[in-house]
Amino acid sequence: MIFDSMNEWLSKAGYFSLTLLIVTFYGLFVGALIERIIAKVQGRIGIPYSQPFINILKNFFKRTAISHGIMFYLGPVFRIAGGIGTLAFIPVIYGSEMFSNFSTAGDLFLVIYFMFFGQLGMALGAGESGHPYSAIGIARGLSQMTAYEVPFALAVISIVIQYDTLSLTEIVAAQQGGWQNWTVITNWVATLAAMLALLGMTGYSPFDIFLAPQEIPIGPPTEFHSAYLSLLQTNRALFGATKLILFMNLFFGGATGWGELMIKTFLIYMVAIVVGVAFPRFRVDQAIRFFFKIPTLIGVMSIIYAQMLLTA
Amino acid sequence: MKNSLNTEDTLENSGLTEEEQLLFSNARPRAYEPYPIKAVEDFANWARANSLWILAFGTGCGAIELRPLMTARFDANRFGVAGRPTPRQSSVFIIGGYASVKTLKRIIRSYEQMQGPKFVICLGICPINGGMYFDSYNTINQFDQYIPVDLYATGCMPRPEALVASIMALQKKIKAGECDGANRYVENFDWYKANQKKVIKNWDMPDYNW
Repeated sequence: MIFDSMNEWLSKAGYFSLTLLIVTFYGLFVGALIERIIAKVQGRIGIPYSQPFINILKNFFKRTAISHGIMFYLGPVFRIAGGIGTLAFIPVIYGSEMFSNFSTAGDLFLVIYFMFFGQLGMALGAGESGHPYSAIGIARGLSQMTAYEVPFALAVISIVIQYDTLSLTEIVAAQQGGWQNWTVITNWVATLAAMLALLGMTGYSPFDIFLAPQEIPIGPPTEFHSAYLSLLQTNRALFGATKLILFMNLFFGGATGWGELMIKTFLIYMVAIVVGVAFPRFRVDQAIRFFFKIPTLIGVMSIIYAQMLLTA
Repeated sequence: MKNSLNTEDTLENSGLTEEEQLLFSNARPRAYEPYPIKAVEDFANWARANSLWILAFGTGCGAIELRPLMTARFDANRFGVAGRPTPRQSSVFIIGGYASVKTLKRIIRSYEQMQGPKFVICLGICPINGGMYFDSYNTINQFDQYIPVDLYATGCMPRPEALVASIMALQKKIKAGECDGANRYVENFDWYKANQKKVIKNWDMPDYNW
């Protein structure tokens, strides 16, 4: 048993709920901020900061919702379960008892499993909606996921070899003591592979082939509406922020406070945004071939590099 | 075709073959009451008014006026307006000018697939009285006989400024709780259906597109 008493478990759960709330709100806020930055690039003012919150409320207050079957209900539920599960096993603030979540109970592989889980659940749900564009979006999304998971998994293996641990807390602990200890400096090859994988993960251009609003009406969630959609939107913010926190923990030395966390995750997000506003969308085959070529090679090199670090 | 609708709980779906009838729902739509607590309903209306997702379906020449809305000059994103490519997620249907009988069929399908509460803005003079197509054999003259309309932005064509103004007027109406088109459609369902079937001769879809 990991927890000594019921009380400890309850306080952990309470702290986790608080973390969940803060991360979701932060995800929604940073989503609006990014939209506004993109709008500025295009010479517009852009949405108000409250827009993502209002959108979720609006969808929640819709009067009607139709169903396509049980899996259709469960799709968004699985999706948000994947988001919450991923966050649950990531230490959000290093050295904080309150915001370390359940990171002692699970390791890096569990986190990566949860990241898969939500996508697969969504694939089942969107599949049952019966819309042809959903099926196309799912096929594109899953094949792109398979492609970007290869460099990402290789980078993660490289880090695991480097620090000789699967525990996220220990990986963050090994990077403390100044920026020269961050993985981005000590193992920049793995960071490069993972940052290229991040472009596919965030789903901005040129890797937005699965949403592609102009060709396949926004892909998998085409049939999702009302409360289902508000659940998906909440998860999009939560899962997006969670992925950034994971990247921050793995490669950029984690965070010891909320301010540091917000600055670091925002800057990591900006990498995907800068690429996104500068490049048009890839075709499906181009996107998948891209990940299997250079990022995968860099990923393989990062494992060799980590092995060299150990023997040197 | 005349009076093919009954007042029972299920629809006849007489436009479909027997095989197709198994594939489509024959349930009647129902009206929805507002939330019993006024503050909750007001809050919901505020959220609905500030997040208007427009169905990206250009039904006539006026659709060309929709495009500039998203550009730097007009930037309708400021008012919570966004385009949505699927009727399931959109809440505003902008009828862009004249509606031919062929288009009306698609408009009905799209409108019924939208989730309530849903709002309709008619753009231009044509949906009001037919405009310059008033004596055409295939153009609808009075659009609100077929779908409940919340707002008209008249002119030929109204400029994007007029469209932005009408969106803001729609927001005011929604906040005041006066936009109940979806309920009106359901309450007068038989009348609307009879009107639709009068003009659409090849009715080969279910009576209500769920």
